[in-house]
Amino acid sequence: MSILSPGTAAPEFALHSTPDQSVALKEFRGRNVILAFYPADWSPVCSDQLALYSELLNEFARLNAQLLAISVDGVWSHAALARERKYHFPLLSDFEPKGQVARAYGVYDEKVGIAQRALFVIDGDGVIRWSYLSPMGVNPGAAGIINALEALPANNVQKTIDAPATDARDAS
Amino acid sequence: MMLEDATLAVPVSAHDHIQGNARAVVTLVEYGDFQCPACGMAYPPVKRLQHRYAGNLRFVFRHFPLAQAHPNAHMAAELAEAAAVEGQFWAMHDWLYENQDAWVAAGTAGLEAGVRALGLDEQALAATMRNPDIDAHIRRDFMGGVRSGVNGTPGFYVNGYQFQGDFDALTRAISRVIARQQ
Repeated sequence: MSILSPGTAAPEFALHSTPDQSVALKEFRGRNVILAFYPADWSPVCSDQLALYSELLNEFARLNAQLLAISVDGVWSHAALARERKYHFPLLSDFEPKGQVARAYGVYDEKVGIAQRALFVIDGDGVIRWSYLSPMGVNPGAAGIINALEALPANNVQKTIDAPATDARDAS
Repeated sequence: MMLEDATLAVPVSAHDHIQGNARAVVTLVEYGDFQCPACGMAYPPVKRLQHRYAGNLRFVFRHFPLAQAHPNAHMAAELAEAAAVEGQFWAMHDWLYENQDAWVAAGTAGLEAGVRALGLDEQALAATMRNPDIDAHIRRDFMGGVRSGVNGTPGFYVNGYQFQGDFDALTRAISRVIARQQ
């Protein structure tokens, strides 16, 4: 199965973020969600990628988006990683049944038993609006996420309102 | 490897910190973090590139502090910007990388050593660092980098195209561009 495409309804899920808390996709209706699947806690490229997203939480919030990162690691590994790296966003554990959510999104590597490095932008109605599968060892950065979020109709409203003001200034 | 689909979203302009010939054939842009060890390791080879290609290479430094990972990176960037107001950006840039191990180990007190080493007025500099324009510049650099596809530090761009690879490959890429133009 290949990575789910834009226009597809995002498969629902509820996964543990800590030993006693779980996060469900449907909690975020009305807001945009960035799903970042990554292969493993503690591996260098992922950490760089999440460190970058960690710097962008305000920017994501401005675009009405919540970041959720997902790997097959267990909740205790996630907790240690979040504490060590000072991540302030949920790390979800796709642990049991292993890789079930990654599989539903078409980004599970059956041979290695880990999630591929994949990004999804899901809108407030729960529809995938952008998806991207990165080569395993390549950190995809955040340009694609920001562009996809800015292209969402709800986030375009701001630009539409701004446009006449710019025109007026240009005309003067 | 030059990545054709990842290009510099913000063109080099007078707002940038630029070293070298304005009409150089190659412009090398680095998105860097002063506390990042990999950026510290990139500092000597970048200097060697500048020396080797001299008038053919122009070097631009933009801020990309990963503050969660490097707690003093943002303050170091502010310090370099405040030094820039005194015309000492590159002196501070060089000091921060040449003395990275020492100042990082000492935290913010370590940064004060840089102020003294450059003979800058500590109080004037502290006042400049509180100017919101300083943070705005750093944030502008950072977001421009994000939009350009910077995925970690250091992030290099050769004539606007993102470069990924080691310094030997970077040297070859720069040589090729220069050879094509001559």
